[in-house]
Amino acid sequence: MKYLNEFRNGEVAQKMAREIWQVATRPWKIMEICGGQTHSIIRNGIDQMLPPGIEMIHGPGCPVCVTPLSLIDKALAIAAEPGVIFCSFGDMLRVPGTESDLFQIKGRGGDVRVLYSPLDAVELAIRNPDKQVVFFGVGFETTAPANAMSVHLAKRRGVKNFSLLVSHVLVPPAIEAIMSSPENHVQAFLAAGHVCSVMGFWEYPALADDFEIPIVVTGFEPLDLLDGIRRAVIQLEKGEHRVENAYERIVTYAGNFEAQRLLAEIFEVTDRSWRGIGMIPKSGWRLNDRYRDFDAEQRFQISGIHTEESPLCKAGDVLRGAIKPAGCGAFGKECTPRHPLGATMVSSEGACAAYFNYGRYLSAEELASAGAVHA
Amino acid sequence: MPDHGAPDFSKWSCPLPLRDYPTIVMGHGGGGKLGNELVEYLFLPAFHNPALESLGDAAVIEPGPGRLAMSTDSFVVQPLFFPGGSIGALAVNGTVNDLAVSGAEPMFLSASFILEEGFPLSQLAAVVDAMAEAAAKAGVRIVTGDTKVVERGHGDGCYINTAGVGLLRQGISVGPNRAQAGDVVLVSGTMGDHGMAIMSVREGLEFESQIRSDCAALNVMIADVLDAVGSSVHAMRDPTRGGLASTLNEIATASNVGIDIEDAKVPVRSEVQSACELLGLDPVYVANEGKAVFFVAPEAADRALEVLRAHPLGVDAARIGVVTAQHPRMLVSRTAIGGNRVIATQIGEQLPRIC
Repeated sequence: MKYLNEFRNGEVAQKMAREIWQVATRPWKIMEICGGQTHSIIRNGIDQMLPPGIEMIHGPGCPVCVTPLSLIDKALAIAAEPGVIFCSFGDMLRVPGTESDLFQIKGRGGDVRVLYSPLDAVELAIRNPDKQVVFFGVGFETTAPANAMSVHLAKRRGVKNFSLLVSHVLVPPAIEAIMSSPENHVQAFLAAGHVCSVMGFWEYPALADDFEIPIVVTGFEPLDLLDGIRRAVIQLEKGEHRVENAYERIVTYAGNFEAQRLLAEIFEVTDRSWRGIGMIPKSGWRLNDRYRDFDAEQRFQISGIHTEESPLCKAGDVLRGAIKPAGCGAFGKECTPRHPLGATMVSSEGACAAYFNYGRYLSAEELASAGAVHA
Repeated sequence: MPDHGAPDFSKWSCPLPLRDYPTIVMGHGGGGKLGNELVEYLFLPAFHNPALESLGDAAVIEPGPGRLAMSTDSFVVQPLFFPGGSIGALAVNGTVNDLAVSGAEPMFLSASFILEEGFPLSQLAAVVDAMAEAAAKAGVRIVTGDTKVVERGHGDGCYINTAGVGLLRQGISVGPNRAQAGDVVLVSGTMGDHGMAIMSVREGLEFESQIRSDCAALNVMIADVLDAVGSSVHAMRDPTRGGLASTLNEIATASNVGIDIEDAKVPVRSEVQSACELLGLDPVYVANEGKAVFFVAPEAADRALEVLRAHPLGVDAARIGVVTAQHPRMLVSRTAIGGNRVIATQIGEQLPRIC
């Protein structure tokens, strides 16, 4: 905690915010890629501390939000099968499929468990040889090494009743897709610090050059984020477009070599459909031929599921930064965290839920004045 | 109360007839001899008091003149024994606290057990023992009860329901709808201890120091506050499930007021904070079982805080915010770095985030 508290120092934060106010002469739109960053920005009220023109656009970096509905439906069908122990990270449980969610499958007798690590699922499979244990392996490059390790371990230990339902997605192709979109508003990116801790940031200079856009590798604590924003604004004001590392205590240019080696051993690049965004070529990972036996999609031949997105949900526009959550007609009406139409309302990192929970009722000015009377 | 982190059966001497059945069998709920033996050899000696010992179909009590408050709660916690408490202690303290924060002096409790076939009698004895101790400590009597047994696989060992009555204090009027602009918000201690104690046992997490549940009866501490500043207390509540955030939101809504707090002033133990960071949880949403929140008129706030801190259960008491006429029905917190956030009520349980 001591280590974290250093990056939550209020005085330093105020100083950094003041510097951003001094540097910014024009409005800028900066996208933070990662859902964890979105969460921290809202949780700490960082967006409230920025000059009015500096707008944070919440990017597609929440695995819960971008996992395609068809795969959620597949997960639900597998979890409902008898003899299956279906394991997942916690916040996938409430993601609505077309007709149900994992909580409801559990309520109807499905064996659905929340785990903190996919490695625990392998242990679970060893302890329950008469069950099929499936781990829902979603996420970006951050969660991928642990998922890869689970398959690696399962193969090495000959665990036949473990499989992975994979929906891994990759950040650089998403940046490319966002920047290539004709309605793009994003002028700078805060790259996701934890993704870069695995992958490094060697993939980014080409993107920064091609799209002439500043990319700042940024962490998750308040001071990390303020520093990332500060650096992005300075570059924008100077008309520069470099890749900067504002998360040096964790991230190196090359990243974690061991993790990358493991990923290359287990996964191969594939086209992926992103919920709300659509197909992005070469934007994900799947198990490669040598590990295909551990692919839950192969093991459970699920067919005949009917997948249908809510026609009201504008999650895709939110994820691309085309609209703010409140710009969706269903926001706070048909769509609330209690009855989410789209995944961005489900995860606490989802842009819509973050807005609903932390700031829905107030404009920035109202929020700022609300805090004026304090004990 | 002893630490029930591991069941301590040493004090329980098993009377002979019960030894025939080391575990609960269906017959213990059947109303026959086995059930009677449970009452005679376990419940009566543990809870002994005249109202219970009359063994009527209903306990007859004389609460004295005045208005009564009544409350009930069911307890299904797993594990049954955890650092700092047990389901037995929770079952007594939970109902005692619900009465106490309503401004009542808790007096009499009922206790109903739903036991699963096969539940070890020694564990039941330890649960009952913990209830007896908690009741004695809180100064309440368990005057009536019931036992049912469900088939193996249909329960989780032991469920307990308690109901309680208490005599309302004269000269005070507290209620969730009585908070008013200007009131100072006090908490009696650190937030999130109980929830994180349970979660670390369930998840097998280990920290430098063990997180212990704050499970405790608050009636004496609350009585101290009411003795000192009585009518200046406008609302009280124990922030159990849903934590501080839910309690403050409920009061903001019921009283149609806004509440401003400061993240940095909410007391949280460092080990609880660390566990929350690790699991991606926010301590303001985590359950407490031995803490109270007070809404006090500003002129009485210092005195109330002083009285709280003088009580062993209130040493970490703190002033965390104020009630405002602005932004009605909303809880706004000043973050540690000087931003603001709205703290909403959670939909269900807090879900750990992916990354």
